[in-house]
Amino acid sequence: MHRKKDLVALTNRGLYVEAADVYIDPWKKVNRALITHGHSDHARWGNKHYMCANSSVEILKHRLGNDLSIQGVAFGEKIYINGVNFSFHPAGHVAGSAQIRVEHKGEVCVVTGDYKTENDGITEPFELMRCNTIITECTFGLPVYIWDRQYLVMEQVHDWWASNSRDGKVSVITAYSLGKAQRLIHALDMNIGKVFCHPAIAKMNEVYRSSGFRLPETFVLSPSTTKKAVKGGLLVVPPAALDSKAIQNLGTLSTGIASGWMALRGNRRRRNADRGFVLSDHSDWISLNRVIEESGASRILTTHGYSVTFARWLSEKGLNAQPLNTEFGDNTSEDSDH
Amino acid sequence: MKLFTQLYRRIDSTTSVSRKVSALVDYFNEASDSDKLWTIALFTHRRPRRTIQTALLRTWAAEIAGLPQWLFEESYHTVGDLAETIALVLPEPKHSQDKSLTEWIKAIIDQREKDENEKKHFVLSAWASMEKDERFLFNKLITGGFRIGVSQKLMTRALATFLDKEENHVAHRLMGQWSPADTDFESLLVRADWQDDLSKPYPFFLAYALERELVDLGPTNAWAAEWKWDGIRAQLIKRKGVVFVWSRGEELITDTFPEFKAIREVAADNFVLDGEIVVHDESGVRPFNHLQKRLGRKKVSRKMLQDYPVKLLAYDLLEYEGQDIRIRPYAKRREYLNEILFGLQEKAEKSILLSEEVTFDSWIELKDVHEKARSLKAEGLMLKEKNSGYLDGRRRGGWWKWKVDPFTIDAVMLYAQRGHGRRSNLFTDFTFAVWDDSGSLVPFAKAYSGLTDSEFAEVTNFVNRNTIERFGPVRSVVPELVFELAFEGINTSKRHKSGVALRFPRIRRWRKDKLPSEANNLADLKALLEVYGE
Repeated sequence: MHRKKDLVALTNRGLYVEAADVYIDPWKKVNRALITHGHSDHARWGNKHYMCANSSVEILKHRLGNDLSIQGVAFGEKIYINGVNFSFHPAGHVAGSAQIRVEHKGEVCVVTGDYKTENDGITEPFELMRCNTIITECTFGLPVYIWDRQYLVMEQVHDWWASNSRDGKVSVITAYSLGKAQRLIHALDMNIGKVFCHPAIAKMNEVYRSSGFRLPETFVLSPSTTKKAVKGGLLVVPPAALDSKAIQNLGTLSTGIASGWMALRGNRRRRNADRGFVLSDHSDWISLNRVIEESGASRILTTHGYSVTFARWLSEKGLNAQPLNTEFGDNTSEDSDH
Repeated sequence: MKLFTQLYRRIDSTTSVSRKVSALVDYFNEASDSDKLWTIALFTHRRPRRTIQTALLRTWAAEIAGLPQWLFEESYHTVGDLAETIALVLPEPKHSQDKSLTEWIKAIIDQREKDENEKKHFVLSAWASMEKDERFLFNKLITGGFRIGVSQKLMTRALATFLDKEENHVAHRLMGQWSPADTDFESLLVRADWQDDLSKPYPFFLAYALERELVDLGPTNAWAAEWKWDGIRAQLIKRKGVVFVWSRGEELITDTFPEFKAIREVAADNFVLDGEIVVHDESGVRPFNHLQKRLGRKKVSRKMLQDYPVKLLAYDLLEYEGQDIRIRPYAKRREYLNEILFGLQEKAEKSILLSEEVTFDSWIELKDVHEKARSLKAEGLMLKEKNSGYLDGRRRGGWWKWKVDPFTIDAVMLYAQRGHGRRSNLFTDFTFAVWDDSGSLVPFAKAYSGLTDSEFAEVTNFVNRNTIERFGPVRSVVPELVFELAFEGINTSKRHKSGVALRFPRIRRWRKDKLPSEANNLADLKALLEVYGE
């Protein structure tokens, strides 16, 4: 059967909309890049012109440089490029994260970027889009990844923090500095104790605030932070900082990791942290399947992680699904849950 | 099983040994005696025999979760643990129950006589009544391999605290053959007449590898040295005229080695020897692969006994005239050992030999002795402090093992497979190859240890990007990475295409500086075989 050309096609530079001559989240330098969200595997340095959701502009500038040629677009606003209709819609992944809808000659394709369907209380909530073709992430596209609701996970975090606090210990939780950290801070019960942020996270908090997101005030870790000050408190640090001397020297620690990968015991034990909290900014198995079904898409392209497996599963259910070999994500490390 | 599940959660949510111990102590305080006994049995690898095949569990789990079998299997490869995979994919529970650990285990044992439909009904209704963690533990009860972060040592410590007894006393009581089916908590750990159990061995003292300079050990006359032979560690017990042989894995291997039954006839009684079982003929100690032919056999043919005669090279005495003498100094124990072995010799009993000490006057001299190990087919030397007692478990000091440097070879990675458990997300099991005369790569060894987690992550990244073909969980990869493998010995093999089999191969380091073409040849392995093989 002859297929007409895909509206959004995979090239060696990234996802390409030929009719408009623009790329979505390209991994090599291009003239015009539409960016779904600020994580480094999606928003790369070196493109000539950037376009993203309004609430993502400050994040991109913070990460890629203030002199960026960048245009912000309101969610739902229709943009025409070379006659092709583009719009950005909330993906619920991190602040300003978008699904990009492309419409041309009656054909609709949605590039989801990374997404989660649960409303985390801080990120613009996910919007379900109807389309002909969906290019979906499937970082956690295996039936073993099924998340508990956020409030249940936060109960575990709070119990752990409160119990450490009673024992005079410092709780250290690792969270990716863009997104996961702010989601956590926003959901924390500040009555338990003081919250300290790693400088990298504190900076991102400021970017969040300047983009219009409300976050509670927290302390910032610095070389002069004392053991006494942090005793009983909670430190929010990026994964790589956990083993650093600066953190290790702050007293008797209890360590926790907030990541979807913590759903597996093997991953929890490998990291040698005391606790693993299953908290992901990606969709779990159930939401991935629901979103695909409800999108009404007749063609499904899977990216990230378990793309081959997930596409096979969808194909066997009678859907037209194929893996796309993009350069997003990398499912081999629990740190990549961002 | 709720209490047991709670124990599991507490243990699983900490890496601190003292917190694990206190979780166990709390559990022992609350649990019934039979639950306690089963818990101890599970943590010391004494789970009941499997009554439900894992193949059935996999089929049922996929069915209930509404998954095709291949997707269930793929999930299993990622998770690396069957019990956990099942617990994760099953739908939410429909009802609950409050059966105890003992009740569940008994119900599982009862499945032996049941047909497949009855088993299925049992398992499915159990799953439907349990939340995730409880399900995981239930599955573990069926599938075995109860590694949930409690070592035997840790449990011994918790039990000692709970019972207010010495750790080594508890450790000793837990040794040997017992099963919750034929004992109870009181008689196993509390009652005083336990010594009636004639077969009970002592916990083995395990040495660490020498990790310091010889001179740091102090004056040479405080130390004894002997060859370290490559056999199997064993305790030989004779009490009230009955002989028992135990392996280090706490397996009773008396019937595997009928040679030792002869010591029933000699005079001495009520003693426990520690030593190494090796195949030993007129020419001396034979390599390990000869001993392998004797392992795992319940019945030993006359020919086997003739072709592969074994001896115990005894190096320590733990019990003398019925008295536990482990606390006495090594030198003293050796004196008693000599006495017992001399008695055997007088009766012309030759199945037990003394593991001779090597004499040396200086550390420099001992270094020269050590050099000769390879040519004597010894693994190296054991150093023992003359003043030291016989401790239980792996302890630093007192004893050191000083192995010879391993053989090494540079090889190319050909296949990769995901690891299990802790490393289920990484490729950790590799097959390596060397070049043959025609310029093809011949696989010759598998190895799965020796890299750091971050190196494994790096290799995993390589595998993901350089997969040629997938065969289930195994992937063939572009032959590009070179690793230095270390191994302890080499022998001919009819089973392997390469014609060689290595003893204990592992990865020594990643040779990023080498191209695949610079890896070793099969001829290099054959040359080693010529000199050191059989």
